[in-house]
Amino acid sequence: MGYPHPSHPRETVVLSKHFGDPGARTFDGWVQRGGYQAIRQALGMGRDALIELVKASGLRGRGGAGFPTGLKWSFMPKDDGKPHYLVCNADESEPGTFKDREIMRWTPHQLIEGCLIEAFAIGAERVYIFVRGEFTELFPILGRALEEAYANNAVGRNIFGSQTSVDIVVHRGAGAYICGEETALLNALEGKRGNPRIKPPFPAQAGAFGMPTTVNNVETLAAVPHIVLRGADWYKGLCLGSPKSTGTKLFSVCGHVQRPGNYELTMGFPMKDLIFDLAGGMRPGRTLKAVIPGGSSVPILTAGEVEGTLLDYESIAEKGSMLGSGGMIVMDDSTDMVKTIWRYVKFYAHESCAQCTQCREGTAWTAKILERILAGQGREGDLQLLLDLAENMTGKTICVLSDSCAAPVVSGIRKFRHEFEAYISRSRAPALAAV
Amino acid sequence: MSQDLVTVTIDGMPVGVPKGTTLIEAAKHAGVLVPHYCYHPSLPSPAVCRMCLVEVEKQPKLVPACVTPVADGQVVHVNSPKAKAARQGVLEFLLINHPLDCPICDQAGECELQDYTFQEGRAGTRYAEYAKRFNPVEDFGPDILYVANRCILCTRCVRFMDSVAGTPVLNVSERGDRATIGIAEQERLDHPWAGNVVDLCPVGSLLSKDFLHKARAWDLDKAASVCPGCTQGCNVTIDTRDDVVVRLRPRANLEVNRHFMCDEGRRDYRWMNRGDRLEAPLVRDGDRLVAADWDAALDRLAALLRETAGRPAVLLASGRMGTESLGLVRRLLADRPVTAAVKVPLGEEAPLPGVPGLALRRERVPNLRGAELVGVADPWEAALGALGGAGLVVVLDAPLDEGEARRLAASGAPVAWLGTVEHEAARGAALVLPVATMAEETGTFVNRDDRVQRYQQAKGAPGMARPAWWVAGEVLAGPGPDADAPQTGAQAFLRLAELLPAFAGLTHASLGFTGQVLRPAAAGVGA
Amino acid sequence: MSHSAAAGHGAPAEHDPVFTGALRARLDALGANYPTRQALLLPALWMVQEARGWVSEPAIAEVAEVLGLTPAYVKGVLTFYTMYHTHPVGRHFVQVCTTSPCGLCGAEETLQAILRETGCGELGATSPDGRFTVVEVECLGACGFATPVIIDEDFIESVTPERVPGILARYQ
Repeated sequence: MGYPHPSHPRETVVLSKHFGDPGARTFDGWVQRGGYQAIRQALGMGRDALIELVKASGLRGRGGAGFPTGLKWSFMPKDDGKPHYLVCNADESEPGTFKDREIMRWTPHQLIEGCLIEAFAIGAERVYIFVRGEFTELFPILGRALEEAYANNAVGRNIFGSQTSVDIVVHRGAGAYICGEETALLNALEGKRGNPRIKPPFPAQAGAFGMPTTVNNVETLAAVPHIVLRGADWYKGLCLGSPKSTGTKLFSVCGHVQRPGNYELTMGFPMKDLIFDLAGGMRPGRTLKAVIPGGSSVPILTAGEVEGTLLDYESIAEKGSMLGSGGMIVMDDSTDMVKTIWRYVKFYAHESCAQCTQCREGTAWTAKILERILAGQGREGDLQLLLDLAENMTGKTICVLSDSCAAPVVSGIRKFRHEFEAYISRSRAPALAAV
Repeated sequence: MSQDLVTVTIDGMPVGVPKGTTLIEAAKHAGVLVPHYCYHPSLPSPAVCRMCLVEVEKQPKLVPACVTPVADGQVVHVNSPKAKAARQGVLEFLLINHPLDCPICDQAGECELQDYTFQEGRAGTRYAEYAKRFNPVEDFGPDILYVANRCILCTRCVRFMDSVAGTPVLNVSERGDRATIGIAEQERLDHPWAGNVVDLCPVGSLLSKDFLHKARAWDLDKAASVCPGCTQGCNVTIDTRDDVVVRLRPRANLEVNRHFMCDEGRRDYRWMNRGDRLEAPLVRDGDRLVAADWDAALDRLAALLRETAGRPAVLLASGRMGTESLGLVRRLLADRPVTAAVKVPLGEEAPLPGVPGLALRRERVPNLRGAELVGVADPWEAALGALGGAGLVVVLDAPLDEGEARRLAASGAPVAWLGTVEHEAARGAALVLPVATMAEETGTFVNRDDRVQRYQQAKGAPGMARPAWWVAGEVLAGPGPDADAPQTGAQAFLRLAELLPAFAGLTHASLGFTGQVLRPAAAGVGA
Repeated sequence: MSHSAAAGHGAPAEHDPVFTGALRARLDALGANYPTRQALLLPALWMVQEARGWVSEPAIAEVAEVLGLTPAYVKGVLTFYTMYHTHPVGRHFVQVCTTSPCGLCGAEETLQAILRETGCGELGATSPDGRFTVVEVECLGACGFATPVIIDEDFIESVTPERVPGILARYQ
C-alpha cells in the first residue's frame, strides 16, 4: 500500500505498510494483518525484559530530540505506589512534518498497541493520547478504534485476560504548536496554558498531574510492537549509516518536489536519493537550492551540503543540522530565502508561549526586521542585528522554541547572505508592502 | 548542621549556605545582587524573565539563579562577560516596546527596569520598528490600574493572586508578544490583600489609584514603621513628602508579614495628616481652657495627680499608642487603684491564605498586647463602668464616641486629656495636652505574638505636641535641673524595661528592624 | 445555579447555561478519565464551542463555576489556544495554512482565492452574508498536501485556487 502514492521499492515498509488501506483501521482488520500479537507477547515478557529489549533495539525518540527510548522508559520509578502515566505526543505541528497524522489516520490500532506495550512496561494504567486540535478527521478514527479495542478487551480492565489494566483517553488540543514540547503538553492536559515547565523535575519524576510520566511520540510508540515481534537484533540491523541510528523512520517530504509524501526508510539512507529518486526531484527546469532536513526548527542545508549526507542523527549533525522530526522541506532555485525564513520566524512569533523574555520579544522583533527588509526598508546593520538577536535567543530560555526561531535565521544569513543584501541594497524589488 | 552547609564561590567570594539554597539567595550572602524581575522570595519562581542567568563553571549553558540550587564547590560568575551580555540582551528585549514615559510614570525612581538598565543596559536602542501598543490603562480594581504598555510580563501579580491570595483573578492572556495581564469581566481585583500586586510589580504597570501622580519616588522620605491597623503588626514603611504621609508600603519581615500588608492597613494613613490637631497645652482657668507652656502644663498635671492621690483612677487609652507612652502614663497612676483599658475597634478578620499566621486581625489596634503587658489590661466596658466612682480620669487619645463622651462628662471626676486631635469631650477636661501620633515619634508596639517591634518617627509633630511618654516621663522625673526624664523613645523604652520584667534586657537598638519576641516566662507580667 | 448575572464592565448578558442535561452528563462522565477536575478545562471549552459556536464571557464564567476555577483563570487558558473563538464567527469557519512549507507551494494564492470567493475580503472578517469567517493559521501538519484547509470539522487536503469554488459550494 502507501499513501498518497504506492510505497517505493526502496522504502523499508514497516510502520507504513498499511497506509491507504482503510481495512486496517478496524480491530478485526488489524488482527488479520497481524495486530495485537505483540502486546500478548509483551505481557508474557515482564517489564524489565521489555525495557531491555527496547534499549537494545537502539530505538530513539521520533518526535525530534532523538533520545533513546528504552533509557527514557527506564527512568520511571518502580514500585513507588503512585499512579504512572503514559502520554502519547500526537501534537504533531513541526512545519514540514506530517507522519504521525498518517500513522493515526490509517493504523490507529498500531498506535494503540504500542501504547499498551509501553504502558505495561512502565506500569501505567492510564494513557493519554494528546492529539492536536486541528487533526479533525483523526478524532472519529481514534474514537472508533478505541471503542472496538475496549469491546475486544484489548484496552480496559485485565486486557486480554491478563492482570494488566490500561485505559486509553484521547485528549484534544486546541491550537498551540508549543504543546509538542512534552512539558507544555502536560500542562495543556492538566487544563493549563501550554507553557513549558522548568526541568528538573523531569516527567519521569513529576509529570502529568505531578506523577511519574513518560511522554513518547506517535511514531516511536508505533515502532514498539514491531520490535517486540521481530526482536532487537532485527531492528538494530536496519541501519545503513551510523550504528547509533537504527530502525526505520518516516520521512515527510514537502515543498518543491514532484512527489511529496511520507517515505519509510532504513536509517542512514542517502538524503539525495530520497529527494531525487523517491520524491521525484524538482519540477522540470528547476534545481535544488536548499533543504531543511528535520522540521523547520533545524538549520538549513544548501544543495551542496545535501550531497553525501545520510538520513541519520549523526550524519546530519555533522553537516551542522539535525534529523529532528524527519520533516524535509525542499526548496528549489525559485525560492526567495528571505521571504521563506521570514515566514518561519512569523510562525515562531505566533507560537511563542510568552513566558521567556528572549522568546516572546525576540521572535516578534526578528519577524518585524525581516518584514521591513522584505518591504524594501532594510538598513545597513540589520543583518548583524539579526545575528545578535539570534545569539541572545539561543540557549537562554526554558524550552527551545526561541532557539528554533534563531536557527533558520542564522543559517539563512550565513548561507544566503547575498539574498538579504539584495533587499537591503534595494537591488531587489520589495516582496512585501511597506509597513 | 555543618554537613548541611555547602560552599560555593560567587564572583570570587566563597560562601557557605544551607543545602537547597538557590543561587540567587546564596549570592546575597556573597554581597552580590543578581538582577531579576520574575523572582520574588515570597512567590514561587517561574524562571521566565531570564534576567538572573549566571555562569556556572563546567556548565555549558547559563543557568537561572532563581531556580538553581547550590551545589558544593560550584564556582559562579554573576558578572562575567557572558552573563552580563545575556542580561543586556534581556534588558534590550524588555525595552523594545516599553514606553519611555518615565517622566509621568509613578514607578520612576524605584523602577527595576530603570535601575538595571542604568546599571548595565545598552545606552541606546537598536529597535527601529513600530512599537506594540495596548489600551493605555485598564481598571483592575478599587485601587489598581494596569498599564499594559509598561508590563514586562514577569507574572509576579498573577502568582501572588494565585499562590498567595488563593484567588486567581489575574491571568496571562493571549500568548507571544500579544500577551498581557488580564482579568475576567465578571471579576475585580478587590481581594483584601490585592494591593500587594502594586508593590510586587517591578515596573510602573500596576499602579495604586490612591498614590497616582502624588509624588516622585525621589521626593519621598521613608521611615521604617509598623502598621497601626491591627494586632498583626505588619512591618511597613511610611513614605512622606514634605512631612505629609503619602503612602504606606510593606517592609519585609519574614516572621510577621513576609513582604505583604493588607489593603485596609495600606489605606489607613490619612489620620496621620489630620489638620484638626491639638497644638498647644491647655489648662483650665475657671470655665475656660487657656493655652499654657509645657512647664505650666506639666506642673498642673503633677498637681492634679497629687490632689487625687490614693483615689481610684480610670485610664482610657488608644491602642495606637506606643508601649512607652502607655507604660509611662500607666506608671503615673501607680500609687492608686486603676481601671485601665484600651478601646479596641473590631472588624472582619481577613487572612492571607498563602502565608500561615498572617491576617488582618479582628482587633484593629496595633498595641493591644503592649497595653496588656504594661497593665492597661482591663475590659473597655469595665473602665467605662468605673468612671462613676473615679477620682481622676486620664484619657490617652482614646477615640471616644458620643455615648462614651457623655459617660465621661457624667463622672464628674477631673480629666487629664492627652490627645492628638480636637475632641468635644476634651472641653470639660482639667487640662488638655497635645501628644504625638505614632507617626511622629519613635516607639514600640507588641503584636499578638509577643513580638516587640520598633517604629521610627516619620514626620514632625505639629505645634507643641510631644510624645505622651515624654509628658509622663517629665512628670515622673519631677521638676528641677537634676530630673532625669527620658528625652528619646529609646530612653523611654529603657525606663520601661527597668520597671517591667517583661522587657528586661531589651533596647530599641536590640529590637533592630524586625523586632524581638518576648521570652515566654517574661510575658504577661503587669505593672 | 445562576449564570446570568455578569456584573463588571459590560452590560449584564443573558446566558443560557451550556452544561445542563446531556452535556452536563457528558462532561461529568469525562471526569472519570482525569484525576483532577481542572483537566476537563480544554474538553469543556470544546463543548461550549460546539454548542454555541464561540466562548462568550458568561460561558467562561459558567465553565469556571462548573470546574471550580475562576473566570480569569479560564480566560487565560482559553486565550492561549488559537482554536477557541472568543468572538462570534460565521456559519462556517475556514482555516487556511500559510506557513512556509505550504507557502512554497502556493498557499498565499489559495488563501486569496478563498478570501475572494467567500466575500470575506480580509482575514478574520466574516462575510456579509454571515456564511464564512476566514483565518490564516500556522502549520496544520499536512505539508505534503499543500494547501490544507479546515472548514468547520473537515480537514481538506491539497486545496488549490481552482478547487476553491467547488469546495466552498458544499458549505451553505
